[in-house]
Amino acid sequence: MSVHEVKLCLLGDSGVGKSSIVHRFVYDSFRPAMTSTIGAAFLTKTVIVDGTTYKYQIWDTAGQEKYRALAPMYYRGAAAAIIVYDITQESSFRATKSWITELQKHASPNIVLAIAGNKLDLDDLRDVQYSTALSYADKQGTVFVETSAKSAANIPALFMEISEATHQN
Amino acid sequence: MAAEISNDSPSDEILQGSEPGASRNSMLLATDSYDDLASYLSDTNLSSDRDRLSSGSISEITHPTETESFDPKSVISEEVGPEVVENEINEQLENSLDVSASPVDEPAALATSDSDTVTERIGLDTPTSQLSELSTDHSQPEACTGNNSDEQEEEVEYVHSQEWRQHRKHVFILSQSGKPIYSRHGDEDRLVTLMGVMQALVSVIGDGQDLLRCITAGSHKMVFLIRENLVLVAAARSIESMPQLLLQLTYVYNQVLSVLTLSQLSRIFKQRRNYDLRRLLTGAEKFFDNLLNTMDRDPCFFLGAVRCLPLESSMRDTIAQSIAQNAKVKDLVFAILIADNQLITLVRMKKYFLHPLDLHLIFNLVSASESFKAAESWTPICLPKFDSGGYLHAHISYMDEECRSCLLLLTVDRDVFFTLSECKEKIRERLVKYKCLAAIAESVDQNGYKTSQVGIPELRHFLYKSRSAAQFSCPEYEAPYHTADQRDRLFGLYQFLHHRIHSSSRPLKILFHVGSHETLLGWVTSGFELYAVFGPLVTKSAAINSVNKLLKWIKKEEDRFFILNSPTF
Repeated sequence: MSVHEVKLCLLGDSGVGKSSIVHRFVYDSFRPAMTSTIGAAFLTKTVIVDGTTYKYQIWDTAGQEKYRALAPMYYRGAAAAIIVYDITQESSFRATKSWITELQKHASPNIVLAIAGNKLDLDDLRDVQYSTALSYADKQGTVFVETSAKSAANIPALFMEISEATHQN
Repeated sequence: MAAEISNDSPSDEILQGSEPGASRNSMLLATDSYDDLASYLSDTNLSSDRDRLSSGSISEITHPTETESFDPKSVISEEVGPEVVENEINEQLENSLDVSASPVDEPAALATSDSDTVTERIGLDTPTSQLSELSTDHSQPEACTGNNSDEQEEEVEYVHSQEWRQHRKHVFILSQSGKPIYSRHGDEDRLVTLMGVMQALVSVIGDGQDLLRCITAGSHKMVFLIRENLVLVAAARSIESMPQLLLQLTYVYNQVLSVLTLSQLSRIFKQRRNYDLRRLLTGAEKFFDNLLNTMDRDPCFFLGAVRCLPLESSMRDTIAQSIAQNAKVKDLVFAILIADNQLITLVRMKKYFLHPLDLHLIFNLVSASESFKAAESWTPICLPKFDSGGYLHAHISYMDEECRSCLLLLTVDRDVFFTLSECKEKIRERLVKYKCLAAIAESVDQNGYKTSQVGIPELRHFLYKSRSAAQFSCPEYEAPYHTADQRDRLFGLYQFLHHRIHSSSRPLKILFHVGSHETLLGWVTSGFELYAVFGPLVTKSAAINSVNKLLKWIKKEEDRFFILNSPTF
């Protein structure tokens, strides 16, 4: 039986649901009134798939601008980074692009990048088209999924896809 | 009826050093918050913020410097008739003028004419007439405001709404150029004009090389704290004194620094004077809100002291040892265990001390953030009294499932999260093994002690502060102070008593005050401050006998109520 450690961090604008995604993944629950993260929170989760143990070490960073300068601290040692945006907020998708650029420049060259369009449960209010985000992600060679921390849609899939990708590295 | 005795001390005055809670070796800096205020009031040089603030340095530690003595002469107090200022401000709002952008013809006229003599008291009529000139000067709003008038009309409506006006205390933060940053009540975006007026008042007085400090308008006080980059304003309808409000603004200012550091703040405004600071303070509103709400009910702020969770001293020693032995990490400056806004223990690096004001900000950080309960966290925090120029990094985690006790490990090294995480786990194991967490839980659930335990029937409540330890103790709030209204009233009485005793024009050692609902006795020596509340029919001699008895009781319990030693790593 093999054990794989997956160090990853979540980045993205304030309020897009980074903590909610982590919360859903680690505790499989959803808190509607999540308060904003201060600094960064560290969580771990162990998942066993087909005899392989994945140990996730997750840095859930705060999205506010004042913490922006601290981000390298978290992505530098990471094997993967999930950049989260809110599908109902076009500006958060634009922020994703600048994160991708920064990571491609300053993170480890092997880092697995993933883009997660969160709040899929609010599809009615969608502001970022699936196809737009998908074609951008394809061009950048990143993993892409639309998720909902609220309904749990695609959350395990997101983390599985990342661990497989880091595994291959 | 109020009787004051200023030189007559109770019979058996306690020698300094043997008063309850006396600490020769305090882990907290025992400077009074009022001392700092005094240095602010006697200081008009805004650029010396950094020097005045910092007791330590993140790269190099220096011992705290003595604060300057209070110079009452330097306070300018401007008393303007009640309606005048309100009307003037309203009038200006109605005229919807953009004051911040308008030239002011006679800048120096409002303040005293000479820059060096700030002691002169400004006559009642001077500011009034000048203020009306100010508004008549710009009686053609369209000329200077352009198409903003719709928005501003809306703002006028908003400011006049009953809901907004009825708040007892408003607090505003604006930039030196008048940009809104924070408003305690309401949306600061809708207060652009009002903040413009504030900025105009500040700059008009400032042009005469003076500092605007306070405007009294009837029952309202408007207190201004002007710092290098920010202007903070409190507008309150309460019995709080000008120095007390100023102290609260100082706390709010330090809260801004705690999030941004003074260096960053200065750099930002140096680059762009009209920067919208809200961008960097997003998410920090809850810290301001929580701080202001706590200041309205917790005496720790005006006392400049910290309350400790009552614990047997052997238990507290065990906790301190568990932390000190398992957190031997290079560059770890402070390890702090707190519960319910009370200090359990503080272990420090030998040369470093913590200022109560910084500790209050730490309490505020923890009590205002739910997110620490979800996972262990790692966050930068600036402790302005320690070093306003940089961040410490805090590892923050709760020790128990119920999230009662919270451990903070503060370091200057940003890369030691995982080392500290291991330390925390070891500390937690020890605290469980020696049943410390159970003892803490018990003390928190017990909610302190009752006044009746003292054994003085006529004593209703008290605050006792050991000045050398910078710690205070008080019993639970019981009937008649169990309701929120009555508790607020009691809090007001303490503020009143504190203010009278610390009044800059006539400081008192003892004040015996007979009110219609209770009798108050305040007694301040070089070693302690005691504020006691009795029933209304207590005589002066009975009250003095009682406080002597009370002091003996606190002395007997001092090991439980105060942290008298100062553990180091």
